[in-house]
Amino acid sequence: MAEYREIAISEFFEKNKHLLGFDNPTKALLTMIKEAVDNSLDACEEASILPEINVSIQNPDGANFTISVEDNGPGIAKMHTARVLAKLLVGSKFKSLGEAGMQSRGQQGIGISACILYAQLTTGRATYIESKTKGEKMYSCHLQLDTSRNEPIITDEKLFESPKPHGLKVILDMKGVYRKVKGVDDFLKYTAIANPHARITFIDPEGTKTIYERVAKELPKKPKPVMAHPHGIELGTLIKMLGRSPSRTVFSFLMNDFSRIGAQSAKEICQTAGLDVQTRPNAINRDQAEKLLASMQAAKIQRPPTDCLSPIGEEELLKGLQKTYKAEFVAACSRPVEVYRAIPFQVEVGLAYGKELLPPDQLAELIRYTNKVPLFYQQSECAIYKAVVKTPWKRYGVPQSNGNLPMAPMVITVHVASVWVPFISEGKQAIASYPDIIKEIRLAIGEVGRKLQRHLSSEKKKYAQERRLKVFEKYGDEVATAISGLTGKPKAEVSEIVLKEIQRRRG
Amino acid sequence: MAEKNERGTNSGIIIERLRQKFGTEVLEMFAQAKDPTLHIAVRTLSNVYFDEKKNMIMLGNKTQKRTFFDLKDARKFMQTLIVANGCKNLIESGKTTSIRDLFYNTKHTIGDTKENTFDEQEESDPIIEDIEVSANALREELHLRAQSKGSMVGDLTIQDAGDTIDLRKMGSGGWAVPSIVEPDIVQFKECGAKFILFIEKDAVWSRFNEDKFWKKHNCIIIHGGGQPPRGVRRMLRRLHDELKLPTYVLVDNDPWGFYIYSVVRQGSINLAYESVRMAVPDARFIGLSSFDQERYKLPNEVTIKLDDGDKKRVKEILAYPWFQRKEWREELEHMVKKGVKLELEALSAKKLTFITDTYLPEKIERKEWLA
Repeated sequence: MAEYREIAISEFFEKNKHLLGFDNPTKALLTMIKEAVDNSLDACEEASILPEINVSIQNPDGANFTISVEDNGPGIAKMHTARVLAKLLVGSKFKSLGEAGMQSRGQQGIGISACILYAQLTTGRATYIESKTKGEKMYSCHLQLDTSRNEPIITDEKLFESPKPHGLKVILDMKGVYRKVKGVDDFLKYTAIANPHARITFIDPEGTKTIYERVAKELPKKPKPVMAHPHGIELGTLIKMLGRSPSRTVFSFLMNDFSRIGAQSAKEICQTAGLDVQTRPNAINRDQAEKLLASMQAAKIQRPPTDCLSPIGEEELLKGLQKTYKAEFVAACSRPVEVYRAIPFQVEVGLAYGKELLPPDQLAELIRYTNKVPLFYQQSECAIYKAVVKTPWKRYGVPQSNGNLPMAPMVITVHVASVWVPFISEGKQAIASYPDIIKEIRLAIGEVGRKLQRHLSSEKKKYAQERRLKVFEKYGDEVATAISGLTGKPKAEVSEIVLKEIQRRRG
Repeated sequence: MAEKNERGTNSGIIIERLRQKFGTEVLEMFAQAKDPTLHIAVRTLSNVYFDEKKNMIMLGNKTQKRTFFDLKDARKFMQTLIVANGCKNLIESGKTTSIRDLFYNTKHTIGDTKENTFDEQEESDPIIEDIEVSANALREELHLRAQSKGSMVGDLTIQDAGDTIDLRKMGSGGWAVPSIVEPDIVQFKECGAKFILFIEKDAVWSRFNEDKFWKKHNCIIIHGGGQPPRGVRRMLRRLHDELKLPTYVLVDNDPWGFYIYSVVRQGSINLAYESVRMAVPDARFIGLSSFDQERYKLPNEVTIKLDDGDKKRVKEILAYPWFQRKEWREELEHMVKKGVKLELEALSAKKLTFITDTYLPEKIERKEWLA
């Protein structure tokens, strides 16, 4: 007979670290920064603070890295600090498909605690925390995880005065590999593009300081929490929701726990499912739940509300691209909110084009974002990549070989915002290819593509015009010499007439 | 200055035309912000017609525009003006020069670019022809010489640039026909010749000269080294006109040879504007005829199969409006039917001197020619 035992959280971590983004030392370092920065941005936005984030990586002894991420967010109250930061799977963001939720960067509440654990496992050192909430004293401590009990271990707690109004600072030591390309540098650069309202400072292991200045003075629109839409729910989730619902009847359960269901729809859904409206939610069995789900999905219900999303915005996207790239042309498109499987999502595409952006004969650079967070791995499996390579770029005046990214000095950013982004795996690095999502991406690319095409053809015209005049100027002097010879008029006089006419045509 | 010119009386007029058309008018167009444009006569098949009365190919009046402010024309426009100016300078200096000379004379690098005004002589040659037509000036009047090829001997004395030349005493090479044979340079003196024989090829002409054919038959023999140059064509016309002699044409039996006959007789497409001065409308085609193989029982070994280029050329020629005469068509159609061509040298299969001893005299005596 099998023996059941509870596995230690560290063992779970060890076995699942690929799911959490720690599968190799390079990725681990990036994940650390990514989790910390994502958390900071989310916290600032929730508290309506324009984010100011300082990141530094030090590498004093070659093997271990000291990572520091500091923000000007609201901080975490002393009593919550340890629990929020150092306990796995605790967080405000943990949810599953179809449940009520809100667009946020992190989605699984695993973030910073996994980092603390990884630091502890690779260096044996505790993570240093500094947290200050408004009007309180600065609180600092060292945090570790008790891996057998999944409980935080707090040491060196201190309270002291600080001139800083509020914010959180995390310093941890870890083993990792620092890589410039497609590593921390690119992550911060890309993050700055999608978050032009943030100011990000980065000091790399060599001591080089990079500042991504804030170019948007306003915070993005805050996403609103949204109830699940009846068309986008799965049976397991429904059963779980039925069991947990505080509602006393299935009728009120439908109205309270879902969006877009009114009294009329609730009654009809119950009728079709053969359920009494007064049935207690937790009394519904599996078969009944299945009927209820079928009935919910058959019912005619309004599309989910769209104010639950917080896009980057066209203006901000343009600003983000302009501050990052020396582009001769930028364009952006924010599509209206759409739904896939009753889940709202929104696509935004930005494009920067310029001869100085990339060396010639190189494929365009594609930056993928979900909820304003850049994605780094599994590009070719991602719906975004598929939509971009399927776009007929030649139509927009850009060469492209079949099944490849276009060949042009340009950067394409594609952002998919959603309450629940359908990643193909827990690694959260590629979006599943839902036709509705691909279609929206294609439409957005089409819009910026057409603008690019107009730009390129006007550039071409300008170039052709310039070249024409050069040709005429080149021959003009010879023509003047010949006319002067033929007519006997002084060369200077003839030249003036000829060149004047050439200049006049320059317009 | 125009007055220095010793040759033509026309010089002043030609210079004035060049000045007007390529200088003053063009400058005017620049000054008045009109598109500076030259109108150049089209010298292709589409702009020639056959004048049945004169029996000549004539140039139509279609022109093409050559505009400076047009990318595809700009370079040619510039080249045209450079050549026009070059010609004007040449006339003023009173010297003549070859068209190759003029090419080098006008070729230079443009400003601080890497581009030349002309890269190849092939670029400047057609422009010279453009200017001839536009200024209504003969090439000679522009003081330009084409490359001279072609030789002549016979029962005739001439004067060339003041020197008296007895064409009966020209040895084996003959007198080289110059490019310019206008009356102010070449004059005809004592003549005992009864006819003129134009021979396509140098080698065959040499046979005729070596055999002293012209002495035996009192004639003038002349060749143009293939397609005859202007000088030879003009010479044929003058000999025919001024000495009132019949002209016979002896060419290879292939489409190219037959076309040479047609050019001598009624002019060419490219120089249609010169037909009036060069064509010999009653020149007689004496051979080789497509029917000669049967007539003279020439062995099959001396024939050459028509290749694709030959056949294509026959088709092209038959489509020309000036190739509609029944006898001409029969010649070409018979050639295609047999599928072979004959070179003049094929007659040597009989005997080396067959062509001079038998073939030519017989043909002339029996009046076996086409006209």
